[in-house]
Amino acid sequence: MFEVLEANNLAPDVRYLRVRAPKIARRRKPGQFVIVRASSTGERIPLTIADADATQGWIALICQGVGKTTRQLNTLGAGDRIPDVAGPLGMPSRIERYGNVVVIGGGVGTAIAYPTAAALKQAGNRVVAIIGGRSREYVILQQEMQAVSDEVYPTTDDGSLGYHGLVTDKLADLIATGPPIDLVLAIGPIPMMRAVADLTRPHHIETVVSLNPIMVDGTGMCGGCRVEVGGETRFACVDGPEFDAHLVDFDLLTRRNRAYRDFEQRRLEEWETAQAGISQ
Amino acid sequence: MNELTRKERMQLSRVTMPEQDPDSRRQNFTEVNLGLTPELAIEEARRCLMCRRPVCIDGCPVEIRITDFIGLVAEGEFDQAAKVIKEDNSLPAICGRVCPQENQCEGACVLARKDKPIAIGALERFVADFERDHNLMAAASPIPRTGRRVAVVGSGPAGLACATDLARFGHDVTVFEALHELGGVLVYGIPEFRLPKEIVRTEIAQLEDMGVEFVTNAVIGMIDSIDDLLGEEGYDAVFVGVGAGLPRFPKIPGENLIGVYSANEFLTRVNLMRAYLADSDTPLLELRGRNVAVFGGGNTAMDAVRTALRLGAAQASIIYRRSEQEMPARLEEVHHARQEGVRFRMLAIPVEFLGNADGFLKGVRLQRMELGEPDEGGRRRPVPVPGSEWLEDVDVAVVAIGNSPNPLLGKTAPDLEETPWGTLVTDEATGRTTKEGVFAGGDIVTGGATVILAMGAGRTAAASIHEYLRTGVWDVPDEPVEVPG
Repeated sequence: MFEVLEANNLAPDVRYLRVRAPKIARRRKPGQFVIVRASSTGERIPLTIADADATQGWIALICQGVGKTTRQLNTLGAGDRIPDVAGPLGMPSRIERYGNVVVIGGGVGTAIAYPTAAALKQAGNRVVAIIGGRSREYVILQQEMQAVSDEVYPTTDDGSLGYHGLVTDKLADLIATGPPIDLVLAIGPIPMMRAVADLTRPHHIETVVSLNPIMVDGTGMCGGCRVEVGGETRFACVDGPEFDAHLVDFDLLTRRNRAYRDFEQRRLEEWETAQAGISQ
Repeated sequence: MNELTRKERMQLSRVTMPEQDPDSRRQNFTEVNLGLTPELAIEEARRCLMCRRPVCIDGCPVEIRITDFIGLVAEGEFDQAAKVIKEDNSLPAICGRVCPQENQCEGACVLARKDKPIAIGALERFVADFERDHNLMAAASPIPRTGRRVAVVGSGPAGLACATDLARFGHDVTVFEALHELGGVLVYGIPEFRLPKEIVRTEIAQLEDMGVEFVTNAVIGMIDSIDDLLGEEGYDAVFVGVGAGLPRFPKIPGENLIGVYSANEFLTRVNLMRAYLADSDTPLLELRGRNVAVFGGGNTAMDAVRTALRLGAAQASIIYRRSEQEMPARLEEVHHARQEGVRFRMLAIPVEFLGNADGFLKGVRLQRMELGEPDEGGRRRPVPVPGSEWLEDVDVAVVAIGNSPNPLLGKTAPDLEETPWGTLVTDEATGRTTKEGVFAGGDIVTGGATVILAMGAGRTAAASIHEYLRTGVWDVPDEPVEVPG
């Protein structure tokens, strides 16, 4: 069992969970994830390690409540326990001295991008962060990003915070007016990552995305997380989760992520009904 | 009891394993075979000719003293029989259920030539179940501790067998399992209707009683490397029994459509994650009323296709590239599958999966094969028949054409030498790898094989780990002779 040490909401339906996991905290590298099971009948879901402290022995998970499992996790508070946390899994982010790096986080994607941004900064890169959300309350980790970036541009669809527009609009500005960009790391909803890839492709800017397919074991055993990159089948859990954005088949990823939509919807409704019953 | 003459024994006929009726079992996940009654077990044991040179034992990978235990069964000394089996096999309740007996002990039995062999597997299972059901499993007697620590990586058959023997030698054993539940392929792969999980749990509980420690959610290679285990974690030796866990796909168009599962994924969702139960949060595509095609002819393929039937598939087919004779599955599984209504399509391979606009599988293009010359293994090689392609409707496809070794651990231990197939190089007689203090066995060494072979390899390694810990001598296997030119 893994104890939750601290928990608080970063945005509507987005929760920060600090979890005691000393071994994982020591071993993890930026870009890696854990597989979490929220209950004894629960499914296994991947969550990227958003932060960790090796000396204090914790890892941080930032979880967006979209289905039953993530909603369930988001009810946890300090002192609660998570039955299973396995990791670190996946290949770490490639950390090099690229030069001028733009890190883009869309919604909860900012949490996934944050540790890699910090490592890129530490490796001597100039780091510019674009962190987007629908409106101001959905933009997360602004302060944390500020601490590890040379510049941070919050963007909101409604203009309630920072730049009024999409992250790609801001990126287009930077491409047009800023110094040449050596690497773009984009993590967020699939349409956002695809839009970033489409934007940087004609400029030949190396672009990396972190993919979030459905997983079961997370160790390469089941192949459920198959993605196509450059026409080749890869397992996101062991070959990724980060891939060359210009080679990813986003259509396939989108379709495969919808495989169990009906089931997920049903489970969520059942769970919400049960929760409503409890709270009455 | 009256002694029977050899002739009298030979006139008795093999008892039939009681089993659930095919029509009802097709709708549930409880065990198909119900097990022998004590009366049936004694009746069957009395058929044994008690050969002076029992060839059945030669056929057993772990050389159980078969005639000795069967003799005890014939006398009704079931608990004694269990003790005899356990001297050589620590997991008889499992092996009695899943061993391919027809290729091993029962295949070697002299009665197999005349009539039907002794039902050795059924008797082994009976004895083990009797012991468990009557709480006769011997409490572990205190063993003098050696103070030496061994890490066992993987809690499947190889790891469990290795851990058992190491614990008996008095070593402190920690078993690391990557998943959240212990048992490896015994829990994620083999379905409940063939091997109830409760049996695996009981066996593991016994190991815990012996002092073996189990750590779940521990993906060795990621959380600790083998060097970490031997270094800062303070283990004196490591046994690697991580299995062959990287599913193979046929590499044909459309194989990433929704509805094309690896057998590992399909079975893991159902068995480990219990997608067949209403309260499981792990989904599986709806199979009720659907066409399910399983590609492959091994036990995993049989497990998958019979699982599909139980989940309501309107049609569940095995599609295999060779003929039925070449299928590697246990005879009993093929027989059970057929009884349950599985359709067998021999001599065909998939060449393309076809889907709809939403990316869901809808059909498969198949090609007819014919058998050509025998291959290295002696089985006739399937050859595609040109111009013989045809289309079939399929909603869900399960690919059960084997697994490659999972490279995850090897990547973090570059000094563990691998074969070109990704399996670990070991000395067969000792299980020693190319890295001092590290031993390996099971599918990670042989590629996909059987539970009993993995257990045998686990035991071999345990003996040589014990030897290594006792003497401190690491015998480097002889260098291969260099062939000039």
